[in-house]
Amino acid sequence: MKLNGSTVSLSMNQTLYDFLESQKFDITTIAVEHNGKIVPRISYKNVILKDEDTLEVVRFVGGG
Amino acid sequence: MKIMVNGKDVEVSCRTAFEVRNQIGNKTDVVILNGFQIEEDSNISENDILTIIAKGIMPKEEELESMMMARHSPNVYKKLKKGKVAIAGLGGLGSNIAIMLARIGVGQLLLVDFDIVEPSNLNRQSYSINHLGMQKTKALKKQIEEINPFIKVETRDIKVTEDNVVEIFYGYDIICEAFDKSKAKSILVNVALDKLTNAKIVAASGMAGYDSSNLIKTTNPINGLYVCGDLENEARIGRGLMSPRVQICAGHQANMVLRLLLGIEEV
Repeated sequence: MKLNGSTVSLSMNQTLYDFLESQKFDITTIAVEHNGKIVPRISYKNVILKDEDTLEVVRFVGGG
Repeated sequence: MKIMVNGKDVEVSCRTAFEVRNQIGNKTDVVILNGFQIEEDSNISENDILTIIAKGIMPKEEELESMMMARHSPNVYKKLKKGKVAIAGLGGLGSNIAIMLARIGVGQLLLVDFDIVEPSNLNRQSYSINHLGMQKTKALKKQIEEINPFIKVETRDIKVTEDNVVEIFYGYDIICEAFDKSKAKSILVNVALDKLTNAKIVAASGMAGYDSSNLIKTTNPINGLYVCGDLENEARIGRGLMSPRVQICAGHQANMVLRLLLGIEEV
C-alpha cells in the first residue's frame, strides 16, 4: 500500500486503526485521507486496508 | 476616455497620468497607476485605475478605501473584497494572519478565540501592553479597525470543539487553522474536511525555534487541506515559539489564503 507516497507492507485484513497504531501515529493529532477521501476519526476501526490503497496521513505538531 | 480616479469613474481628456494629477492636485502628489507607484509620467488608456494622493492630508472616507487599495493590482481588490475567511486561534499565527488579510482588503473576517491577551503573548503575537487582559478577539478587531476600517469583522469568544466546528465556521470560504495545541488542530481539520466540504483549510504544523527559515513551506497533502510549516519542529521545553519563524509561517498561510481567493489552488 502507498503511505504518503512510499510503499509499505500490510498485514492481512489490517484495519486503518491498527495500521496507524503499528506505525506509531498519535491518532489524536492526525488527519487521514484514504483513497482520496477524508476518514472521520470514529471510522478508523471500520476501514480495512488493501494493497492497492493510497493513504495520506498528516501529522500536526504543537505551536502557533 | 473613461478611467477611474480615486475610486470614481471619470471622463478625462488627458493623455498621461501626470496631466490628470496636475488637473486635480499638485506636483508633489503620489501617483499610483494600476497598482504601481510611478515616478515618471506614463500614458493612460481606457479603464486605467489612477490614484492620486496628497501627502500628509487625511482623505475623505469615500476616497480612503480606493487609496488604500491602490497598490494592489487591478481586479485583485474586487475578488478579495468578496472573500470570507475565518481564523481559528488568535495567537502567534492567527493574530498576524488577520492583520495581513486586513491589509490586503479581505472583505469579511471571523476571529475565533476564547482567551485573553497575556504578557507571554507579546513575544510573537500582534498585541501590545495596552491590550493586556482584553479578549484577543476584541484586541485584534480594534487593531484591524485602525488599519483598514472597511473590513467586516465578526468575533466569537468560544473554545472550538468537535461539536461546534460546523456552527462556527459554516459559510466561510477559507478556514485558517491557527491553534497552538496539536489536538485542537487535528479536531478542527478533521471535522472541517468531513463536514464543511465547500471550505478550504489552511493549517499550520511546525514552526517553533530558530531553524532555517527555508524549511517552512506550504504543502497540499490532502484535497482541500493546505499545511504550512516545517512539519517537524513542535513547541516544547527548550524549543519555544519565536516571532520570526511564527511570522514566516503566518505569512505562508496568509499568502495561500490570498492565492485561493484569487482562484489559484496550487501551493
